[in-house]
Amino acid sequence: MKQEVLRDVERVVLALNVNGERAELLLPVHKTLLEVLREDMQLTGTKHGCELGECGTCTVLVDGKPELSCLLLPVQVEGRAITTVEGLASGSELHPLQQAFAELGAAQCGYCTPGILLSAKSLLESNARPSRDEIREALAGNLCRCTGYTKILQAIELAAGRMA
Amino acid sequence: MTFDVVGKPLQRVDAVTKVTGRAIYADDMLLPRTLHTRILRSPHPHARIVSIDTSAARRIPGVQAVITGADLPIKFGILPVTQDERALEHEKVRYVGDPIAAVAATEEEIAAAACDAISVEYEVLEPVMSIEEALVAPKDERIQDYGGPHNIHKLVALEFGDVEGGFKRADLVREDVFFFQGNTHLPMEQHSAIATYVDGRVTLWSSTQVVHYVHRALSRVLELPMNRIRVIGAAHGGGFGGKTDPFAHEIIVCKLAMLTGRPVKCTLTREEVFYAHRGRHPVLMWVRTGVTRDGRITALHFRSALDGGAYGSYGVASTFYTGALQTVTYDVPAYRFEGCRVFTNKPPCGPKRGHGTPQPRFALELHLEKIAHELGLDPVDLKQRNFVKPMTRTVNWLRVTSCGLDECTERVMTASGFKHRAKRPGHGMGFAISSYLSGAGTAIYWNDMPHSEVQLKVDRGGVTAFCGAMDIGQGSDSVLAMIVAEELGLRPADIRLVTADTDTTPIDLGSYSSRVTFMAGNAAIEAARKMRVMLIEAVATKLGHAASTIEVGGGRIGDFSFEQASELAEARFGTLTSSGSYTPPKIAGPYKGSGVGPSPAYSYSACVVDLDADSRTGLVRVNKIWIAHDVGRAINPLLVEGQVEGSVYMGLGEALMEEQVFRKGLHKWPSMLEYKSPTFLDMPEVETFIVETVDPEGPYGAKEAGQGPLLPVPPAVCSAVYDALGVWVDEVPVTPEKIVEALRRKDKGEPARFGPARFPSIPYPSTIKVEPPPKDLDRAAAASI
Repeated sequence: MKQEVLRDVERVVLALNVNGERAELLLPVHKTLLEVLREDMQLTGTKHGCELGECGTCTVLVDGKPELSCLLLPVQVEGRAITTVEGLASGSELHPLQQAFAELGAAQCGYCTPGILLSAKSLLESNARPSRDEIREALAGNLCRCTGYTKILQAIELAAGRMA
Repeated sequence: MTFDVVGKPLQRVDAVTKVTGRAIYADDMLLPRTLHTRILRSPHPHARIVSIDTSAARRIPGVQAVITGADLPIKFGILPVTQDERALEHEKVRYVGDPIAAVAATEEEIAAAACDAISVEYEVLEPVMSIEEALVAPKDERIQDYGGPHNIHKLVALEFGDVEGGFKRADLVREDVFFFQGNTHLPMEQHSAIATYVDGRVTLWSSTQVVHYVHRALSRVLELPMNRIRVIGAAHGGGFGGKTDPFAHEIIVCKLAMLTGRPVKCTLTREEVFYAHRGRHPVLMWVRTGVTRDGRITALHFRSALDGGAYGSYGVASTFYTGALQTVTYDVPAYRFEGCRVFTNKPPCGPKRGHGTPQPRFALELHLEKIAHELGLDPVDLKQRNFVKPMTRTVNWLRVTSCGLDECTERVMTASGFKHRAKRPGHGMGFAISSYLSGAGTAIYWNDMPHSEVQLKVDRGGVTAFCGAMDIGQGSDSVLAMIVAEELGLRPADIRLVTADTDTTPIDLGSYSSRVTFMAGNAAIEAARKMRVMLIEAVATKLGHAASTIEVGGGRIGDFSFEQASELAEARFGTLTSSGSYTPPKIAGPYKGSGVGPSPAYSYSACVVDLDADSRTGLVRVNKIWIAHDVGRAINPLLVEGQVEGSVYMGLGEALMEEQVFRKGLHKWPSMLEYKSPTFLDMPEVETFIVETVDPEGPYGAKEAGQGPLLPVPPAVCSAVYDALGVWVDEVPVTPEKIVEALRRKDKGEPARFGPARFPSIPYPSTIKVEPPPKDLDRAAAASI
């Protein structure tokens, strides 16, 4: 019966490094990083769109590389540097990508925005002045239903120009 | 008229909260002691429920409540005429995914396990899965017990002017059949709701487009007065029409909160979002048009058959919409419309961006292209020759005020070089136009209340605007702030907003039918102007000057800062509040069914699509899209561009790949991977032109922006494919296999076309004949029903 399954959940103590802060958590081993960020660490800026690795909405950075937090288990990322949207700004100062997204209307409903910001941050760290096609390629795994992508492309280019 | 704020591409008022991840969406909320809900759904497309046994589920530790349809027996529905849904169904299920039981438990996994432990005995019935099947006698029983004959939900037949005479006058009469496949909204955010019940009061936070309609449905089903229920719109992760109905999960969490005394939350899984649906109706269409030799339309006869899914939803309105707006772009002297919606055992269809009008727009635009080719005329010229004129009334009594069709066409023609396009193999360009409502002219349920109200409060220099409209990402909060700021000489950032909360904000009918800027905008102007008068009067009295000499702007009222002026005004008038409201003019025609179609103003769009199509593989690569949109006036051009680009994107998805299809009663691909939508790599460059015709009734002349620009994209794509390869694909999505099949038929000497072969025989009622109105518009004359 399901009752037994639920009773026998294996739990593990893990130390996660999220946005430069270390947290020790007692977690069911099967709980995804996405769920742990949102439910155990109250970092609800990371969104979920499909929970199957299809939409890119839950993208976070692990050691600077974009990863889908819905497909990761915390045990896989213990001790590694995890960045979520909450870790982008410095204090009250927005990251240049956040600034550009705000100015150009690249966030409409805003639900895909955290994941897209993080994918874009990773891109700009490896390629400071990407071409429009390189941006499209890097962000092809992040769906957005509001913007038609145009303003997002413009915002990433604006931020890249300001950061260069 | 000069403006300080209006017309500027300003940042959205919620931009920073959204880019920092601080916007709180419904699923981000977790109140102390929150219980989690899962819903047991039907595995059968059509079945009678013989019994439901929840005893095993109730015994699972952590389960706090289990409810079935017996706990929520009262039916509801968005339209008063189709109250056919239950939050949980205990008698009969009508599609795979129909809710049957719900569990509240301390953890979501426990709730899911408890759902698995519920045993339901079904008597399986033969499902009805297509329009054709719905039109004939069902093998077992009908899906719904109203409508008819068979599984027909709604039939309508209207005639305006002398249609027969129009066809007689024509030099050419042509008939075509088209099919627009259904598709879904696919918002990035799944529906989510969380409810509390404290001291006899229910509070619900939900991802909804219309707090007011949820409020009404909750009151009905929970049997509580509206003053005991509060509905608050959480930050919204995308709707596109898909969160405009009241939904089962919203009612369920309220009921479970009432039973358990604890907060209860339910977030749909992505698969469940496909079942909640209310998306684009699949529509089969037949169109017959008479034209003179030089391409003037003499008569139009349009038939539609909508596959409605299992419930009514907005379906009656959707049916009328498939026949309403044809006349708003083209001057049709005589018009006959016959519409039909059927029930099938699929998730219910409803309003998606463009509600009921992208399908007929697709058919009409392609049909006119074919007529032009048959007459040897240029399709653009033919269409232009028939464009409606501003300040006229259509044959079906719709009032056209401002109309920028000519300018929109001119802009995209010039920019794209359409008329001088170089021919190369596989390359094509297509053109189409469209129009859409700036809000529906009549409410969903009959009442004389305003459609939108805005209240303002000025206190210690701060301005707060209260409005029931829900910002679903389109930027309606920003538009409100800009309008109030413009009138009071402030900046949008100076305005605090309280929106979409039924306890604290006045009535607004919500974010659908492109109504918010127009209606809440007009209400905001009225409220702000009243406030402005009080502020000016207080300052004028203090200075001993005439009120007419006091200037407002730059944060000042005359010689005083806004804060000082507000203190003077409060000393003079007491608490500073003002209100404004907007009720659309009563312009519906004098016939039954005239409530669908009228709008205080119509937006207009023109679009050119440039693509390459591979004759070997059928693959289409869209190179660029030019779109011009007559928005009346762009209150915030940045937001207007965003709406236009997003509409083009969604239209392109519908044109090329998006389809909600079923196999053996099951949704074929209820996931974001398999339900294809355009990615960054699929999206071409879009060049947007904002055309401003300054509508006489819009706020500062503004009209809608968020839906109309979707409509011309699918027909422009199909017409570009014809331009490229010489074959017609008369249905969307235009997939590679359809193109290849059309090319194969062309090679075999068959008609170079892929699309529906015929339109079924439908028992339309006898036509209601309506005298057309005088063509020239007398704006003062009401045509009330």
